[in-house]
Amino acid sequence: MNPYIANTPEDVRLMLEAVGARSIDDLFVDIQPRHAPRSFDLPEGLSEYEVVRHLNDLSLKNMVGPVPFIGGGYYDHYVPAACQALIARGEFYTAYTPYQPECAQGTLQALFEFQSCICALTGMDVANASLYEGGTALYEAMMMALRITGRNRVVIDSGVSPIYRKILKSYTHSLNIEFIETPVLHGQGDRSAINKVLDGATAAVILQNPNFFGAIDDHADIAAKAHACGALLIESVYPVSLGLLKTPAEMGADIVTGEGQSLGLPLNFGGPYLGFIAARKKYIRQMPGRIVGETVDAQGRRCFVNTLQAREQHIRREKATSNICTNVALCATQAAIFMSLVGKEGLKDLAQLNCDKAEFLKSRLAMIKGVEVKRSSPTFNEFTVCLSRSANDVVERMMMRGFAAGFPLGRYYDGMDNYLLIAVTEKRTRAELDGYAKALEEVLRA
Amino acid sequence: MNLIFEQSVAGRRGVKLPVSDVPVKAVLPSRYLRACAAQWPEVSELDVVRHFTRLSQRNFSVDANFYPLGSCTMKYNPKFTEKVAGMSGFADLHPLLPQLKGGEKYAQGALEVLYECERWLCAITGMKAYTMQPLAGAHGELTGIMLMAAYHKAKGNTKKKFVIVPDSAHGTNPASAAVAGYSIISVPSDKRGVMDLEKLKGVLTDEVAGLMMTCPDTHGVFNPQIDEIARLIHSVDGIMYYDGANLNAILGRARPGDLGFDVVHLNLHKTFATPHGGGGPGSGPVGVSGKLEPFLPVSRVMKRSDGVFALNYDYPDSIGYIASFYGAFGIILRAYAYMLILGREGLKQTADHAVLNANYLLHKLKPYYQVAFDRVCMHECLFSASRQLERGVHAIDIAKFLIDRNIHPPTVYFPLTVKEAIMIEPTETESRATLDEFAAAMIEAAALVKSSPDVFHSFPATMPISRPDEVKAAREMKVNFFARPDAR
Amino acid sequence: MEIIEHFLYTKEHEWVSIEDNTGTVGITDYAQQALGDITYVELPGVDKDVEQFEQLLSVESVKSASDIFSPVSGKVIEVNEDLVDDPSILNRYCYDKGWIVRIEISDADETSNLLTADEYRNYLASLDRNDNGESLEE
Repeated sequence: MNPYIANTPEDVRLMLEAVGARSIDDLFVDIQPRHAPRSFDLPEGLSEYEVVRHLNDLSLKNMVGPVPFIGGGYYDHYVPAACQALIARGEFYTAYTPYQPECAQGTLQALFEFQSCICALTGMDVANASLYEGGTALYEAMMMALRITGRNRVVIDSGVSPIYRKILKSYTHSLNIEFIETPVLHGQGDRSAINKVLDGATAAVILQNPNFFGAIDDHADIAAKAHACGALLIESVYPVSLGLLKTPAEMGADIVTGEGQSLGLPLNFGGPYLGFIAARKKYIRQMPGRIVGETVDAQGRRCFVNTLQAREQHIRREKATSNICTNVALCATQAAIFMSLVGKEGLKDLAQLNCDKAEFLKSRLAMIKGVEVKRSSPTFNEFTVCLSRSANDVVERMMMRGFAAGFPLGRYYDGMDNYLLIAVTEKRTRAELDGYAKALEEVLRA
Repeated sequence: MNLIFEQSVAGRRGVKLPVSDVPVKAVLPSRYLRACAAQWPEVSELDVVRHFTRLSQRNFSVDANFYPLGSCTMKYNPKFTEKVAGMSGFADLHPLLPQLKGGEKYAQGALEVLYECERWLCAITGMKAYTMQPLAGAHGELTGIMLMAAYHKAKGNTKKKFVIVPDSAHGTNPASAAVAGYSIISVPSDKRGVMDLEKLKGVLTDEVAGLMMTCPDTHGVFNPQIDEIARLIHSVDGIMYYDGANLNAILGRARPGDLGFDVVHLNLHKTFATPHGGGGPGSGPVGVSGKLEPFLPVSRVMKRSDGVFALNYDYPDSIGYIASFYGAFGIILRAYAYMLILGREGLKQTADHAVLNANYLLHKLKPYYQVAFDRVCMHECLFSASRQLERGVHAIDIAKFLIDRNIHPPTVYFPLTVKEAIMIEPTETESRATLDEFAAAMIEAAALVKSSPDVFHSFPATMPISRPDEVKAAREMKVNFFARPDAR
Repeated sequence: MEIIEHFLYTKEHEWVSIEDNTGTVGITDYAQQALGDITYVELPGVDKDVEQFEQLLSVESVKSASDIFSPVSGKVIEVNEDLVDDPSILNRYCYDKGWIVRIEISDADETSNLLTADEYRNYLASLDRNDNGESLEE
């Protein structure tokens, strides 16, 4: 018998009697014989142990052993044990959308704290309770800018994640939106190219900091130019880097999005992840998704509710700001726990540690023949090197030496087959960094 | 309860970081640095643990409460799936690994999970192929509508402008179709609760791109004329879209593919028992018939002739990328584990008991509440609080009464087609005893409406808060603890 | 239910008060009561051109968003900015301080399509009758 069904045959008999049906089949009268499945060809169920063993076997076929230096927007940060322990509480993970605020204050307050932490991190006025992931969050930010400006041209820097750029293009394929991709110059957004295409028809300029190559920048000048044309600046950011880096708000950004995986979520082979979006206050009504707001109850006690729901699909249907229904509440709760544990000073230290270790590896690699470290702009915890041979081959050989050496940029950028993107987090030890340098030297010499 | 920020004490730390073991202290140029530190709270680990434990205790959840939220399928979420999702070989796997040259060999286990899960869903729903990428039900809907648009575009059919949606549909249906650029035609339900076939015929032209349907629908009714509807839509080369919100009711009894649907989205967090997480993460895989398969998003997972699983991006007609990677992998993994443990018979039992439980409640409550449509129901039963309203008590008041009984209220005020709707979905995992307790509470509420309707305004009385002022929240828009008063 | 005698009305519960060539537009007492506590008014831009009975703006309450239609054709020449900071004015003073926009009327003849106060009063009475007669399916 199925362990997730409580009714016994005796229960079924009594219930059918109450209902006035002879058999369960009677309850399916509307599904007529002509609707019956042509097949339902599936194996019989296994025991719990058998399933766990099978999936454990499959998990062992995945290579998580090599020391990871792959980033690309998704990083191998340490997740404190308290994070996992707390979100493993059934009261969080088996609840649903807080439709009844009286019995969902836990989720609602955690989401309010998440929103506040995201605002503190980015410097923006308002944030929502999360979106699916960083790429679709950027799409939502772009749509928001189109609605706000009533324009249909978007300027996007090639330093924005190529994965994100592909997402934006897929979604807008059948809509009347003009994309202009501007090149990267010396690792950073090309000002003259951007200025040349910015005009009164531009809805937004989309930039990423640090960009996909790892380079950091200050986009205040581009924000000023965009605003002068009535366009918005959208920034996609990497949360941990904001422990040190200038905030998008300080640069003048209007909408900020990003991937929150680095805020206490495992890599999970691509998901579930955590998209976030924050903006200037005046744009809050154009923001998609759930937003939690503070209020008081009938007796004046502070509490939290889903607010500004009149923007959403369950009320506006086809006139909603977005089709989004839920957020990723559990991931946002996990991030809220992570941000609370790390804290104000911890974030600074964490960011500094990431940066220091990356700088150390950079300086080690710069001494290796066949490695050219790109130094035209400063980087945070990820940087690009140009190798004397194909990055694909180098990565494959490094894998045999126990290192997931980085992500070859040729996968997404034409003509960059020898370029390798290397990420270093706080988890990498001196020994691993030295080992990496030594292995790379051997591979390049061979 | 205090916010975590209000517990902040300068100098406290909640996590111990490694001491730097490299002889480098990076100094970035000051123009790239933030002026002051982010105001994250300064608290100890115990502060955090106690705070979030207490917060969790302010939630109702399936683990602790009966949660008959209609249309949401709040079934029990088996614990072993959490254990599986936490296995290091899955949780620590970087999504870019299989995108390295020859990199599929580093992720064979994960790719096999995706491939096999797709095959199971094909067999369960009668579709030809799936994309596991959509990250929620609404995301699946948008993907499905994009596939519909790609199909018409590939045929050079530029006339297609409208998507038909029944008035009983979830709000995401019209919103998703509108986001993809279509206009909406809403078709009303007839007195039996199903789509009015004559009205459908009245709006059917060759400008109709497709029809979105939940089946059984949000009235808890399986439309026996579904094949006729599919025939009509196909007669104008329209696409039949299946919203899988209610698939739980028909597992093993009917398959959308056999019923004439061309594209379906499933909600793994409903039918396949993955946790709802307080509102996500969900997972909304999309299945298609052969005619829409060429347009599925990339990447797709394939099994090569040598038995190796690989990512394939080589689909020239694909709509492209709809998410960064391969879907909410951790959620897909849980759903796959659930399917493996249930198997063929277990899946069928799921539908049988979900429908039995709903009909049991329908019969128990029918003498006390107005049924919306008096017929056998599927996995959920739909009432109206219209009789109670005569004494000034609304559906929401009954919901608040139930909270005081430690029961999560059913869905209220949805579907929009029924005034004062109360939509109850017990799911198959609840016992007769639990259903009896719930029915007793509902019957007690009905009696209380008759004797003292005024007391309902004071419910819930046992919760930390009661009846928050939503008008104040919407007018004041306090969404950020750190909001500056002069923010614009 | 308050109705102002010399205003003109629509079946969608907007009012217009016309002086010279300018129409001041708002929503009726019936509308504000039906909407409940209004939380936001999405004002149109000044200079916006509208046709009679075309959507002019929308107002939100906690659980609804409603379109407001223009009783007259013309150009928006002024909007009531006070409603942005305090939308409750619409609930409290729908016929005076709660005016929403002023429109420079382009076609004075169209006013014949509007209801007088008496006609609107009768219309509301007919709605009331229908409402009481309406019952649930089955």
